Amino acid sequence: MAKQLIKGNEAIVKGAILAGCRAFYGYPITPASEIAEAAAFYFPQAGGVFLQAESEVAAINMVYGAAAAGVRVMTGSSGPGISLMQEGISYLAGAELPCVVADIMRGGPGLGNIAPEQGDYHQVVKGGGHGNYRTLVLAPSSVQEMADLTHLAFELAEEYRNPVVVLADGYIGQMMEPVEFPAEAAAPHRLSWAVEGTAETRHNLITSILLEPDLLEAHVRALEAKYRRAEREAVRFESWRTEDAEIVLVGYGIVARVLKAVVEQARARGLAVGLLRPITLYPFPVAEVRRLCRRAAAFLVVEMSTGQLVEDVRLAVEGRRPVEFYSRTGGNVPSAEETLDFVQETADRHSQMAVPEGQLAYG
Amino acid sequence: MASYTVAHGKAKCFYDHYERKADLQHQTHYCPGCGHGIVHKLIAGTIDALGIQDRTVLISPVGCSVFAYYYLDVGNIQVAHGRAPAVATAVKRSRPESIVISYQGDGDLAAIGTAEIVHAANRGENFTVIFINNAIYGMTGGQMAPTTLLGQKSTTTPFGRNVWNEGYPLKVCELLASLTGPVYIERVALGDNKQIMRAQRAVRRAIEIQTQGLGFSLVEILSPCPTIWKMNPVEAQHWVKEEMTKTFPLGVFRDRTKEAERRPAPAHAPPLAEIPRILGIANGASRRAAAAAPLNDAEPRDLRIKVAGFGGQGVLLLGQVLAEAGLDAGLEVSWLPSYGPEMRSGTSNCHVRLSARPIDSPLVSRPNVLLALNEPSLRKFLPTVEPGGWVFYNGTALAEDCHREDVQILVRPFTKMADELGETRAGNIVMLGALLESTGVLSEQHVNGALRRLVKSERWLEINRLALAAGREAARKGNGHEK
Repeated sequence: MAKQLIKGNEAIVKGAILAGCRAFYGYPITPASEIAEAAAFYFPQAGGVFLQAESEVAAINMVYGAAAAGVRVMTGSSGPGISLMQEGISYLAGAELPCVVADIMRGGPGLGNIAPEQGDYHQVVKGGGHGNYRTLVLAPSSVQEMADLTHLAFELAEEYRNPVVVLADGYIGQMMEPVEFPAEAAAPHRLSWAVEGTAETRHNLITSILLEPDLLEAHVRALEAKYRRAEREAVRFESWRTEDAEIVLVGYGIVARVLKAVVEQARARGLAVGLLRPITLYPFPVAEVRRLCRRAAAFLVVEMSTGQLVEDVRLAVEGRRPVEFYSRTGGNVPSAEETLDFVQETADRHSQMAVPEGQLAYG
Repeated sequence: MASYTVAHGKAKCFYDHYERKADLQHQTHYCPGCGHGIVHKLIAGTIDALGIQDRTVLISPVGCSVFAYYYLDVGNIQVAHGRAPAVATAVKRSRPESIVISYQGDGDLAAIGTAEIVHAANRGENFTVIFINNAIYGMTGGQMAPTTLLGQKSTTTPFGRNVWNEGYPLKVCELLASLTGPVYIERVALGDNKQIMRAQRAVRRAIEIQTQGLGFSLVEILSPCPTIWKMNPVEAQHWVKEEMTKTFPLGVFRDRTKEAERRPAPAHAPPLAEIPRILGIANGASRRAAAAAPLNDAEPRDLRIKVAGFGGQGVLLLGQVLAEAGLDAGLEVSWLPSYGPEMRSGTSNCHVRLSARPIDSPLVSRPNVLLALNEPSLRKFLPTVEPGGWVFYNGTALAEDCHREDVQILVRPFTKMADELGETRAGNIVMLGALLESTGVLSEQHVNGALRRLVKSERWLEINRLALAAGREAARKGNGHEK
């Protein structure tokens, strides 16, 4: 099958249209603007809608409208724009509307800069808007995954009737790699609950307001049950060379790519190092972390923030093993060399705790 | 008993019982004398008269009328405070046959949702806005609205609205009428029966305009809120007629129904089988059968290339040519730019990897090939080059303090050589020629293929052909490599 060398941001748009997405509403922001630009080029040709909104606030509410009308819809932005969209994402989750939001993370807080960072983890993975809801979060670490996981995001969004975020960093959005696309496009299809302005859908109601405490509690519990189901059924991760790993590196996005190089270099030094790459950040691969605790002496989380992903790892490890942390921010990506130095230090610190081969630790 | 005829029955598109309400399902949640009940009736009557019940989608944002879906038997979407015009925009764009009504209050439309209403109106979106102006926040208990009259007391203007603190009441019709986009804008009132009849005509006109596909219509309705105003219904109606209309004069502010053009119908969706071609990913559109040919070298190599220079020197393009040519050659490739703001005088670099094996990190921190198009780039990245690696430098000589013995360095004035070909900007391709000649990586055929895809103009293809040849020549001549 033929491959095409394209940017991550463009792969998202092509992946979306192939998944049957026919509406895009957005607002330009570096380093996500190529998403809106590619959408402006391809969506109208594919018989879809593209509109540059007056703000991210308007854009996410347009997404709400298109989702309520029953079409596959998406938007794309970066940190500051995602902050503005949080209200709308809360409404989408409350009204149980499916949509896909791509966040191509840049440096923050405030205006920060436009270089890659991973500081949006908390606001996206923990649900940055108000109320008891979660977004499902997919974290691509290659351009191929930008296309594939965007496609998956639409399936999950519809299955769970919930917003799904594709969370990538500026480098994954800006870099080019060969991508192989599916040969056939998925057909847009009708959703029974949508409000289309037709006789069949006249009695449908999209709402998130429930004034009676008992009614709202029942709704919140139903959402909760949905998220518990996602935690059982939707978890995805890549566990790479972890079977004999004493040090398990954990990272996502561009960092996971660097960590793969680190694993190779560490193993060349004789260190038993592996990589756990969460592909779903929510639901988080808790069971896999716990499984790895049996063998690993320590976890080492590497991220481009001052410590956000590491909290989920610590929650999953529950104190069974030490969880070390290495980070760069501001647009700096940890190099393989500096990370390897930290891996060596970590290995030196924890080597006496390493579990002898064939013997299970508690966990 | 005398028989009688019902002249004004319940509109068909009202529910008989309000089953979406928790209790008291035979009556509305609106207070006695509230204008919402009247306006709901005007809308319902219009929907019946135009026969559009199945097609109608009512958008209700925050305010007392958030529960309009209790009463109106149409498609209903409840939305966030102020955002109804954004939601309405998308519903109408994706479902052009639907009749979309955005029902908004004054706080919603004229305060928090100012941006959304202005831009929807300016785009001439083909939906109808019913704007209830009662000069107060009703649902939240009587705070100031953007339309609160000067001197009017509210819970957040306890001494009366003061122009020096809160400014003037916002006149939405006048504001929106300054835009070209809207087709119909009228302000009406519910101050007496005559005004209500006028309001009925305005609502019908506005929705008809939408059914005709003419574009944006808005009716502002001055409406009583007796409970919050602390008046009885009669006093409240009187206050609408006598006081509110002084600040908000009634009338038609915009009517270009005669000259407005029908909004063009959306283009037909192409057949599904056409989508891959449209996206440029159909077989044949993306061109290569990936034959896993190794690099030209006898031993397969893992090239970790850093290209660096000033913005405008073609740094990113040079990297892209290498990546495209590598992909053509059946290699695994990656290209990663150090992107920056689109501003002048920045520096630019990119990381390119070409490998026979899957690529772990696309970041190149220890390059084995450095293409330095200016001196700052050489100074910055020369120390990072792996021993035994290649360095190509666009200059005439190496400075005393910028030198290494353990790498192969080729120094040539590539930009100047491009100048001599008549195109300064081709310096990057001259350097590429030198790289190909010196290292033997990538065949001429794959590089030419990449250039043909990336460079659109015939003139530039010819310049690049000459540039590549000049670069190869330069690499062959003059002792080859300077150390």
